[in-house]
Amino acid sequence: MSILTDEIRALIGTEVAPFEFEISRNDIRKYAVATGQRQRRYLDGDEAPLLFLFSAMMPVVPLNELLPDGRQPDSPLIPELPLKRIMAGGSEYRVHGRILPGQVLVCRQKLANLYEKQGSAGPLIFMVFENRFETRDGEPVVTEYLTRIAR
Amino acid sequence: MPTSMVAVGDTLKTRRFEADSVQLFLYNAAIWNPHRIHYDLPYTRETEGHPQLLIDGPLQGDWLTQIVEEWLNGRGVLESFEYSNRLAAYLGDVLTGAGEVVECDDHGATLNLTLNNQNDKTTTVATARVRFQARA
Repeated sequence: MSILTDEIRALIGTEVAPFEFEISRNDIRKYAVATGQRQRRYLDGDEAPLLFLFSAMMPVVPLNELLPDGRQPDSPLIPELPLKRIMAGGSEYRVHGRILPGQVLVCRQKLANLYEKQGSAGPLIFMVFENRFETRDGEPVVTEYLTRIAR
Repeated sequence: MPTSMVAVGDTLKTRRFEADSVQLFLYNAAIWNPHRIHYDLPYTRETEGHPQLLIDGPLQGDWLTQIVEEWLNGRGVLESFEYSNRLAAYLGDVLTGAGEVVECDDHGATLNLTLNNQNDKTTTVATARVRFQARA
């Protein structure tokens, strides 16, 4: 029997308001050092490594809004599910262009899919979020499909 | 690395990653990640039940992109990259990134990548598709 009800499945396609993210040379340089990067163009901040975009997804909220474990509140795109423990499930990135300092990227987030599987310890619900990073002119830069798993 | 010399079965130069507490702190500051499991050891042990501070999953993904770019050496670009964390990695772990060409043609190649800990357990797997071209 499916644990994903029609009501929950109806949330597929839900979007949140896009947000903008400014790419700064100094932020790229800090990220490059912190990740042990060896490529000069990243260390100089001339271009950002692909996974630099992970930092774009971290909301900047006041200290008093952080959760007891330190984290920022979860994305409003995460639906109310019968399974409560949420785990990371990996990411898939499709690269359309370079990430450059000075760019202002627009991130459009959508709940792209919900599906379930039977795991060895019980049912699992897979949530797939689409994060589209574009320039202000609408040129795609990177599309990410981020999977989170509820168990 | 002339692209004509790339063949299925080629292996990438391995690289060892051993983040210390300073690197872990700087990484989480750089990505603005305040999750206590990366810097608060008593919380991590007592509340989350982990033996040590955790190495971020996306940091491990980044490390695997690095060994691809070092192999490319400017002769190509990442077209797609997919990674998944399979096992927790902890501060003090020695992680080794490795990769192999699994598909190849005149235009690009597909690489399978792994990050294994000191016990030869895989913490992260990834697949990268690269397109051969000189970097601008």
